[in-house]
Amino acid sequence: MPIHTTRRLLLGAVAGLALSLTAMGPVFAQDPVTLSFLIDNGAQTIPVAQKLAAAFEAQNPGIKIDVESRPGGTEGDNLIKTRLATGEMTDIFLYNSGSLFQAINPQQNLVDLTDEPYEANVLDSFKKVVSSDGRVYGVPIQTAMGGGVLYNKKIYADLGLSVPKTWAEFMANNAKIKAAGKTAVIQTFKDTWTSQLFVLGDFYNVQAAEPDFAEKYTANQAKFATSPAAVKGFQHQEDVLKGGYLNADYGAATYEDGLRMLSAGEGAHYPMLTFAIAALQQNYPDNLKDIGFFALPGDDAAKNGLTAWMPAGLFIPKTSEHQEEAKKFLAFVASTAGCDIQTEAVGVTGPYLVKGCALPADAPPSVTDLLPYFEKADGNAPALEFVSPIKGPALEQITVEVGSGIRPPADGAALYDEDVRKQAQQLGLPGW
Amino acid sequence: MALASPAAVAIAVPARRPAQRSPYPTWFFLPAAIIYAVLFLVPTLASLFFSLTRWTLFNWTFIGLDNFVQFFREPFLVQGLINTLIYAALTSGLKVVLGLLLAVFLTSEIMARDFLRSVIFFPVLVSTVGVGITFTVLMHPTTGAINETLALFGIKGPGWLTDPRLALISVALVDVWKGLGLATVIYIAGIVSIPQDFYEAAKIDGANAFQRFWNVTLPLARPATITVVILSLIGGLRSFDLIWSMTRGGPGFTSDVLASVIYKQYQAGFYGLSTAGNVVLFILVAIIIVPVSIFLNRKERTP
Amino acid sequence: MRITRRHGLGLLAILVSVVIFIVPFVFILLTALKDKKEASLRAFSWPTSFHFWDNLIQVIQARDYMLLTAFVNSAILTVASVTLLVVLGAMVGFVLQRRPSAWTPIANFLILAGLIIPPAVVPTIWVLQGVGLFKTLHGMILIEVAYGLSFTVLLFRAFVATIPRELDEAATIDGAGPLKLFFLIILPLLKPVVVTVIVVQSVAIFNDFTNPLYYLPGKQNVTVQLTLYNFQSMFDTSYNLLFMNILLITIPPLIVFLFFNRQIVAGMTAGAVKG
Repeated sequence: MPIHTTRRLLLGAVAGLALSLTAMGPVFAQDPVTLSFLIDNGAQTIPVAQKLAAAFEAQNPGIKIDVESRPGGTEGDNLIKTRLATGEMTDIFLYNSGSLFQAINPQQNLVDLTDEPYEANVLDSFKKVVSSDGRVYGVPIQTAMGGGVLYNKKIYADLGLSVPKTWAEFMANNAKIKAAGKTAVIQTFKDTWTSQLFVLGDFYNVQAAEPDFAEKYTANQAKFATSPAAVKGFQHQEDVLKGGYLNADYGAATYEDGLRMLSAGEGAHYPMLTFAIAALQQNYPDNLKDIGFFALPGDDAAKNGLTAWMPAGLFIPKTSEHQEEAKKFLAFVASTAGCDIQTEAVGVTGPYLVKGCALPADAPPSVTDLLPYFEKADGNAPALEFVSPIKGPALEQITVEVGSGIRPPADGAALYDEDVRKQAQQLGLPGW
Repeated sequence: MALASPAAVAIAVPARRPAQRSPYPTWFFLPAAIIYAVLFLVPTLASLFFSLTRWTLFNWTFIGLDNFVQFFREPFLVQGLINTLIYAALTSGLKVVLGLLLAVFLTSEIMARDFLRSVIFFPVLVSTVGVGITFTVLMHPTTGAINETLALFGIKGPGWLTDPRLALISVALVDVWKGLGLATVIYIAGIVSIPQDFYEAAKIDGANAFQRFWNVTLPLARPATITVVILSLIGGLRSFDLIWSMTRGGPGFTSDVLASVIYKQYQAGFYGLSTAGNVVLFILVAIIIVPVSIFLNRKERTP
Repeated sequence: MRITRRHGLGLLAILVSVVIFIVPFVFILLTALKDKKEASLRAFSWPTSFHFWDNLIQVIQARDYMLLTAFVNSAILTVASVTLLVVLGAMVGFVLQRRPSAWTPIANFLILAGLIIPPAVVPTIWVLQGVGLFKTLHGMILIEVAYGLSFTVLLFRAFVATIPRELDEAATIDGAGPLKLFFLIILPLLKPVVVTVIVVQSVAIFNDFTNPLYYLPGKQNVTVQLTLYNFQSMFDTSYNLLFMNILLITIPPLIVFLFFNRQIVAGMTAGAVKG
């Protein structure tokens, strides 16, 4: 073993020397550099990444991009962490911004992009969620999203309903929809992540009632169970269940079922992130004009606003051997040309976070419903995972339990606080 | 199968003087031991160290036994433990009983024997993902084929995977469906290696079919029984894949088993905690398996 | 009377097994024939229109013919690891059963540990990097061997017990060394287990999903189970293509199994110890 190690080290040193020598020498254009690019396997991410790579290759004949896909969700989180920790990350990778970004030790693992000229094109709201200790590490890919309710406009028109500004109005609408023999609220607990929207999407309202909630929550001073505003998200789940407003198969239905029920007009409301609009565009283009969007309403109609999600970012690991070429690609993605190619690939789903990127005039109604929240000064607040590094990993199971009546809302909130404590300790935050 | 063919191997065998050494040389362990030690033992021992740390993969802090304390505080640990035992008992029990019966049936003179052997083995060939997705669909409470069939007879089928009381059992049944072929094959291998003479002798003694099964097949298929019991018990105790692909431990936490509780810690990035959980799981499985294995092996020699 | 009863029983068995064991496969096949929208309903129904060729071609062409690369990789991985597993596992099982010593309890413990403890991913990657085998098929083969050994040894040990010791003694007296004894006398007698191990382990390794995901990253290294991710994601699954993919990657083991089915049955009986 020791002999091996020494030899490997020697080999490595020689190789390193050789590399640095070539780096100093003239760059030969005929030697194409291949960049590996790791993305999640979302149905929208793949075409976006492939179109971006193709367009970039056309402009830069010396660089090839090899797109590699990985699972999404927590399985993907593990893969990213494993590959970073073992020094085997691709030259460029796509990963979440916000709390998940904070968990991959940006300072230790990622190339600092703060002084790159193209970061000037990126909106500050996005830079904030890919920054650590004041340094910026990523550029945005795809668009900002809202967490709220996708609704069927046809049902609303048929029943003469108007978009609710308060929770009471929302419940009143639900009662009328139920009376008309339709499913008022679609829930799809087979895909557990979809169950979190009532809680996560309510954060604008939590913040409106308790402006310092995020800060106190991060410092172990505010709890979901003891904050009257924060526990409401769990309470709302019980409200819609007890009202009998859910689809009969809510326990077994999937996200795709949800989109289908909504498009077909079997159900009126589907609490969801607006990135679902891309899936609707792809699978139900004919019904797209019937789908609208509104933010989850709170108690006060005067304080109605949207909980917003930031898109994923592109990052370069320090272990990349082609950092200059990788930066070129990031510059391309963070340009108006980059936005246009993404729109071309999957249509428009929300506002881009790159300056000067325009949306096409023929955006679907769900998108035009979303935009005003971003244009108004107080129209939106970032979701909790973008203002606090802590997000408990078991929330989706807890919201399934509360949403199916297995556990009362107050219990669910308390259980989530326990879950959050573990995460905070893992991150080594002060005060836990 | 070429491996088993003597001609192929003969070339590799050097002509050796009849050695005074044991015909069972210890170096037979060596190649396997090296691979196993380097690629399994070393990493596992390294991870044991990390069970005493708070580990983010990028850095770690030594925290002593805190992870174990935290693991025993997991709200669903007790539930998970009970579920694990139910699941293991149910799946290994059914695999042993049904596997043995099917093997006896499939080693007797019945029509389409080869066809049936293949059919029962098919599920073993399909990936767990495929099985999970397929049965999730078949068990859908309103549109699934199982409940639609029941509805034909006027029975309102339950929510197989969505009813908290049923979810675990439903997954266990699918596990049996998928694993039965393997248990049966092991039993078939065990039964066909029983010398026919024993059956002839029993027949001469006037034993009927059941007596022949009880007095000849059952005791002589003992190695197969041991293998099936141990494998399915261990498989059941640390079962994870199928539960994960069908219910993810849900609805909520109701079908969580120990392995899925641990996996969730791993997924959440609590690497030290999940390693501690693995240590706990290992101890639990050892506590159950070691006595069972000693008990079964004790009688191994008596025919 | 006897014949009718036997036939009746056989027919019933065939019927029951068809319902229980074949219906799910029919579902996979039907879904693989549908278009995306119909497949997303995941209903057990006859396809309204057939898309066999479309789906097949889409699945094969996806991501630059990834499936074909995957088949080659998986085939090499499976054949090599199973070969090693059979030889090495049988050697260990043989000596372990025949020669109890102070090491036996330790070996037993290690076998049990190998069955129970889930592998530690990150330290394993460190080791693989240290010996220069990370991201290589060789490394992946050795990993599969390391993970499959416990099961294999357990199986071999149990069945070595059924081979009478007198055989070893006779062979040794005839002048056979340990290698000759093992490869020429014992291994052929273990044929039923060898067949079982081959079948079980090749299925397990061919269907392995998690290990290649971690130890064999890179597009050129893809194995068959990883191709499922092309069509299944958290947010949007193309069920028709997913099931077509499941179908395609299930067919090779199915064919191998059907092809060898006779040999498997024959092998199992041929190995039966007489007397």
